[in-house]
This record gives sequence, structure tokens and C-alpha cells, in this order.
Amino acid sequence: MSEYDVELDTSGLNCPLPVLKARKSLSTMETGQRLHLIATDAGAKMDIPAFVKMTGNVLIETSEHDGKLHFVLEKGQA
Amino acid sequence: MAKKLAIIASKGTLDGGYPPFILASTAAALGFEVKIFFTFYGLQLLTKELSLKVSPLGNPAMPMPVPVPSIIQIIPGLEWFATWMMKRKLKQKGVASIEQLREICLESDVELIACQMTYDLFDFKPDDMIEGINFGGAATFLEFAGDADVTLYM
Repeated sequence: MSEYDVELDTSGLNCPLPVLKARKSLSTMETGQRLHLIATDAGAKMDIPAFVKMTGNVLIETSEHDGKLHFVLEKGQA
Repeated sequence: MAKKLAIIASKGTLDGGYPPFILASTAAALGFEVKIFFTFYGLQLLTKELSLKVSPLGNPAMPMPVPVPSIIQIIPGLEWFATWMMKRKLKQKGVASIEQLREICLESDVELIACQMTYDLFDFKPDDMIEGINFGGAATFLEFAGDADVTLYM
């Protein structure tokens, strides 16, 4: 797992909450800081990359273990 | 320039209320400028005390624990039961409530527009509605929808 500055666990929450909570966390962070997002919503696998692509943030890492999805996002230029 | 999403929300049921608020809140998170135009039964989604229901009547796709013939579905209490069941399931699965999604929409500057004509038609009062909404008509919607990237009728 890459290093990160902030962790956000959305386990148990469903669409669209993981995306909405990720956006909220990123909005409090500085450019270049990294967010570790944990999700159990199967849709997040497709939705988080789409969210990242449209908002100018960067998806550093995606992995899946213990039945949970893990993403490391880097905040892009606001 | 930000992309634009224009939605017409015309349904006032529990299941009909989710799609406009889910798409609007998500679009706002993706940087879209969003406006939802609430008309006819969709106006129910803007009331302070939401009492949205879902009915198996006339909706053969709704899963029920046991098959319920249409003739039985008219008995009082069945709609209440179906709504209770759906709300419980939504909660169990970690789906946000309509109230929560509506609040997120307002926080993220989604413009909620009540259709003036149907508001008057159904005798709504200013006090029935939540704060922070605007009013408009067909031209108000079309002005925005005319150069929106995505336009949806729900």
C-alpha cells in the first residue's frame, strides 16, 4: 500500500455515498496529499475511477483484499 | 467550463425519488452544474416532511416476501408494509435516505426548482416546502436545458 495522508472508510455504505464522501474529504485536503479510501460497495470499483477522471485527481493505487476495495487517490490541482 | 445536467423529476414515490437526487448529488461531486425541475408528483420531493411511499400495486416488478395478488394489494396497510419493508432494506444495505441526498444536493449548490404551475395546481403553501428552493416554469427549465450536456426526464 502506498503512503497516504488521510484515511476514509466507507465500509457498509452504498452508491453514491462513497463518491460523495471521497469528494468531501478531498475538498479539505491540499494538492498532492493522498487519500486512502476503503469501500465495500461493489459499484465503487467502476465509480471511483470515473470520479477521479472527471475531477482532475489521480488514482495512484487500487487493490482488493478481505472483501474490501482500497483506493489511494492523490488530490490534483483544484 | 463546467458540464451541465438538467433533470425533470416528475415522480413522488420513494423509489421514484432516488434517481434524481442520486444523479444530481453525484454530478455535483464530479463538478457539474446541476438543476432539477420538480413538477407534478415530483413536488412531493421538496416538502419538509417527506412521507414518500412505494406501492406493489400496478408494479409487478416489486419483490415481495410472498406473492401478493393484485386484488389483495388494495387492502389498507399493504402499501404501508411495502414502504416499511423497502425502507428497512435500504437502511440495511447502507443506502442513503432521500432526506440525506437532498441535503447533500443543497450543500453542493444543486438548484432545486419547483414548477410554479403544479405548485399552484396542488395548492401547496410556502410553509410546506424546504428552504432554499427556487420557482420557475417551462421556459426557466428550457433556458438551462438548452445548453445542458445531459438532460433527463424522470
